[in-house]
Amino acid sequence: MTLFEAWLPVILPVIFALVMISVFMGMCAYAVLAERKICSYIQGRVGPNRTRLPLIGNVPILGDFLTGLGIFQPAADGLKFLFKEEITPGHVKLGYYYLAPIIALTPALTTMVVLPFGRYVDAAGVVQPLALANLDVGFLFILAISSLGVYGIVLAGWASNSKYPFLGAIRSSAQMISYELALGVSILPVFMWSAAPGSEYGMSLFGVVQAQETLWIGIWQPLSALIFLVAIFAETNRLPFDMAESETDLVGGFHTEYGAFKFGLFFVAEYAHIIMGSAIFVLLFAGGWHFLPGLADPWPAGPVGAVLSVLWFLAKIAFMIFFFIWIRWTLPRFRYDQVMSLGWKILLPLAVGNLVFNTLLIALIDAL
Amino acid sequence: MADLLFYLFAGITLISALVMVLMPNAVNGAMCMIVSFLGTAALFVLLEAYFLAILQVLVYAGAVMVLFLFIIMLLDVGEDSPAVKPAKLSIFAALTGFVILSGLVISLFTDPASLPATPAFEVAENPTGLSANNGIPFTTSAKSFGYSLFTKYMLPFQMTGFLLLAAMVGVIVVSKRITETEPEAETTD
Repeated sequence: MTLFEAWLPVILPVIFALVMISVFMGMCAYAVLAERKICSYIQGRVGPNRTRLPLIGNVPILGDFLTGLGIFQPAADGLKFLFKEEITPGHVKLGYYYLAPIIALTPALTTMVVLPFGRYVDAAGVVQPLALANLDVGFLFILAISSLGVYGIVLAGWASNSKYPFLGAIRSSAQMISYELALGVSILPVFMWSAAPGSEYGMSLFGVVQAQETLWIGIWQPLSALIFLVAIFAETNRLPFDMAESETDLVGGFHTEYGAFKFGLFFVAEYAHIIMGSAIFVLLFAGGWHFLPGLADPWPAGPVGAVLSVLWFLAKIAFMIFFFIWIRWTLPRFRYDQVMSLGWKILLPLAVGNLVFNTLLIALIDAL
Repeated sequence: MADLLFYLFAGITLISALVMVLMPNAVNGAMCMIVSFLGTAALFVLLEAYFLAILQVLVYAGAVMVLFLFIIMLLDVGEDSPAVKPAKLSIFAALTGFVILSGLVISLFTDPASLPATPAFEVAENPTGLSANNGIPFTTSAKSFGYSLFTKYMLPFQMTGFLLLAAMVGVIVVSKRITETEPEAETTD
């Protein structure tokens, strides 16, 4: 028993991390299903409605209903990726070819270490975040780790050793470098307001959420929110910014030469980035787990309240994922030069102007 | 535990740095450099300098090396570029430097007293009275880091920015092609 108690501080975080990864991967799988269902609804189709699991699918009414919703589809998709024949083209650079999908997925899974996803009230009555690690520099950690994600795409394009993947990788790395600037500058005003003098939070995401008790930052900093949202779309390589894939001119972009499970890793990584982007947007601009603007924390103090705060946070994320999918099937793709000029000539100057304006405003308020 | 981790990450950093220098292929070299930067960041974490560690990853591993890799791929610097034969003088210089360095290290390990004692600088306190909450004591938190940067280290901070600006202007001057015969050069991208 004492041995178990001695190892508990080591075992417990590992269990928490595993639980979080499984929930996150489950969300990725169902984000894929949501994408397929919503796009078919937008295009006037039905979407996946045939896959049926043996036991649950045979329950008289419920089984048909769940099958029609496509609930069992992610399992079939996952199995397909696992059991397809692994084809490795002969002209690829092997080491990096295998490394690239792993590098693409790892940063998205690592960033969730600092993601606060709910709150609880501890024994002393202080509100504490539910997170694997509540880092003082949490947001910088997310920026740092997610900036490593571009290596997955670059290496995939280079290791594939053929023209379309290479073009896709070059385009996408240029795009991600460009939009990272606007993204970084656009959130500075958020932290300038939330980490006001006297507050003990630095750049932690928990501090930002706690600063939004009365009013969500997205409501009174709409410009920051808009620039951040556009930049997140570009960083996740989603339409209208999917220069990395753009199947009409590059076949599949950087993953043209990938098949089976390796393609599956890229595919999951894209949805993992969408979920992370949605979560960060909700934390920074849409109040995190706070209920509504003005009605911050109606949850009770006990474990029920903690669960409710997590569920409300997940509901907001689900809406943001829906928004990502909605935009993808609504807007056409930008041309490459339009992407670049939007990033450098519109978003970056706007973000810098927004930063200067907010700095002057804070200085003015301080002086008064 | 921390000692073990230190040796692990120090080993990773040094070995990948060595491999980076010896590797003929430019992309392999760049990847080893990234690993070396990440190892350095891990060493910063062991020193509890989380902010520095994150900046190391964000700036060097995340931004600078992406540009390096981007340029390497764009110019297609492969391994087929002929290895440059080092001149006799540079071999001699490298050997001399190595002998001096190993002499220093050996004398350090055999008799530490033979080296001159360098006085450690006293860490000055952060100035107080400049902000609403009467100054922030020096800790590893990001806020205290920023406070020090903009009060005690204001002059070095500004000088660094100015040097970077000078370097940037220099790059623009060096790389800009003066095209007096072609006035419409900027539309040909």
